[in-house]
Amino acid sequence: MSFFPYAVAAWVVLIGLYGIVTSRNLIHLVMCLSVVQSASYLVLLSIGYKDDAQAPIFADVPLSTPAVDPVVQALTLTDVVVGVTVTALLLALAVQAHKRYETLDPEDLRPRRRR
Amino acid sequence: MSDLAPLTVGIPLIVAAVLVGGAWFVPRRVVDVASLLAASTVAVLCALVLAKASEGQIVYWFGGWQPRHGTAIGVAFAIDQLGGGLALFCALLFVAAFVFSWRYFVTVGPLFHALMLVFLAGMLGFVYTGDLFNLFVFFELMSVAAYALVAYDIEEEGPLQGALNFAVTNTIGAFSILTGIALLYGRTGALNMAQVGSALAGGKPDGLVIVAFTLIVVGFLVKAAVVPFHFWLAGAYSVAPTPVCLLLSAAMSELGLYGLARVYWTAFSGVLDPGDAGLQAVLVGVGALTALVGAAMCFGQRHLKRMLAFATVAHAGLFLIGLGLFDAAGLAGTALYVVADGCVKAAMFVSVGVVQHLRESVDELRLRGRGRDLRLTGPLFAACALAVAALPPFGPFFGKSLVEKAAEDAGLWWAPVVFLLTAALTGGALVRAAGRVFAGLGSAKDPIASDVPGPREVDPELEYRHDRVPRTMTVPAIALALAGLGLGLVPGLIGNLERAAAQFVDRPAYAASVLHARPARPPVKAPSSSPSLLGVLVGLASAAGALALAAAALFRSGLRSRALAASEGLAGALLARLRAIHSGLVPDYVTWLIVGTALLGGLFALTLSG
Repeated sequence: MSFFPYAVAAWVVLIGLYGIVTSRNLIHLVMCLSVVQSASYLVLLSIGYKDDAQAPIFADVPLSTPAVDPVVQALTLTDVVVGVTVTALLLALAVQAHKRYETLDPEDLRPRRRR
Repeated sequence: MSDLAPLTVGIPLIVAAVLVGGAWFVPRRVVDVASLLAASTVAVLCALVLAKASEGQIVYWFGGWQPRHGTAIGVAFAIDQLGGGLALFCALLFVAAFVFSWRYFVTVGPLFHALMLVFLAGMLGFVYTGDLFNLFVFFELMSVAAYALVAYDIEEEGPLQGALNFAVTNTIGAFSILTGIALLYGRTGALNMAQVGSALAGGKPDGLVIVAFTLIVVGFLVKAAVVPFHFWLAGAYSVAPTPVCLLLSAAMSELGLYGLARVYWTAFSGVLDPGDAGLQAVLVGVGALTALVGAAMCFGQRHLKRMLAFATVAHAGLFLIGLGLFDAAGLAGTALYVVADGCVKAAMFVSVGVVQHLRESVDELRLRGRGRDLRLTGPLFAACALAVAALPPFGPFFGKSLVEKAAEDAGLWWAPVVFLLTAALTGGALVRAAGRVFAGLGSAKDPIASDVPGPREVDPELEYRHDRVPRTMTVPAIALALAGLGLGLVPGLIGNLERAAAQFVDRPAYAASVLHARPARPPVKAPSSSPSLLGVLVGLASAAGALALAAAALFRSGLRSRALAASEGLAGALLARLRAIHSGLVPDYVTWLIVGTALLGGLFALTLSG
């Protein structure tokens, strides 16, 4: 197993976080958050990956055939569902923000008062 | 009887689904009754589960997938006394919240109730589970329900901002937890906590273990709102509807810390030694910083809900000190403190909700003297404020002094000072607010407090004036306050908690119970401790300090002295700095999160790998 997929995952996290930190648009920010989350799919899948192995379906092959780990694939699916839920909720909030203030810039949205 | 545990999660989910699907055409009261009944049923079931768990740890395997030869195949609920007690506490808080919301909203659709029930299911599953990925899923279920509930009054400005910051920072935290879990799975091939712990036990803490531990700790600390991951909290807790505030403040932050303790003791305690001075120093230090920052910010607020939100931050810091001692005594004290303090804070949120219901404001200065006629709410709020200041013999005092004692036994002589300062500052702010709102003391100006109130203080659900307080609001306030104030006096409770904590920290017994079906029982007898004389003195001192601070803030014009003016100037400058950091911008908060993660990871790497 090479380090390459983990390096890619780390890079994806970093560019996603960079996007969030510098964002001036809520839609862009939510998309960057999805980018950060997608790094976890990479990590999960590469943990279960094996060279020269097939998909974990044993319908017409002997049980001893090497296969990739199905558990992490199930985890990834669940993770995708969770990610979509959060993205949908955040986009709904962004739409509300735009409806009410006609801006998507976090700077313009913050309450004007001392905290 | 162990089959009851999954029902506690299943019932609220099913009722929530039925409400969303079919409750749009039935009268609102039917929805209210259905959700109240569901929450009460769950509370009864939780009590039964707790009773069963005190005879020995409950292990429930979904679908009957028992472990084979000590290897877990399925997903399990593993419930001990501490987890069972925490779940019962959460369920009772939901009952109180549903009773309170009976008259709180003028109009409310079934979606609110459905979200609340999903929130309840997420919390209980999170507390009960014995599987790491299951833990993550329930954590996300709880979080997403909470984001939506905070944004419930979506037409307003505050909720939108608060929910956005809350959702973005906490999603990054959840991502961090998941990555940590994935790394652990890659190392051990297991997701069951007991099995992960057994696979890691005895090894050396290498890079992967430290990275995974850091990621998981960061995720839970974001939820627990520990400095520097706490920024989202005040914005979210101060704008949520009051019944939701009560749950967020009294239960959700604390569940983040519970998750940290649970995962540490079951999965990591075999490889990261609980006696490790470095590990202890990092978490206790972060806890102390959180306590002091939260307490200072709390004292500088005039928005009552924000004040309580920062008190939540400060107390999360104190709880983290208790957990960071990594021993049973600290854990037992923290458990008592969490429940007592949670009840007291919930009662105060309800009281603020009552004031808001009647006077349509939550601003301390604008409300000055306008709560004089609230003969019940006022004294209740004041008593709770003194309890926050840890006045003996109220509930929080017992929890606090047990943690102090455990900290001193662990060689942290300075811990009582942090506890004293935090209790005096948070208690002082709340006593000041009680004096101003309910007794009309002091002036309507305060140089320390943030000076510009929110753009519109009226809750959109409360557009008309009310003259009297509905019973459905006073009853939960009284019940919660009595529970919080009297908790420490329940005979035998402290001894029971100490036994439960001793069981909680026993990793081999937990693993044997989960993987080999050898029931883990709490030890029969543990040295039962009671607050020491020093603890009582510290409690009295913090209460006196709170009163003094409140008096100094209220009667500053009568006490013109140079020392007071100088300290006021210093406090003002310090608070201005702190306020500037709390900018309300998501990008800033995420930057803090990244910096905090890097610092925490670096500290763990330095202290643990040696």
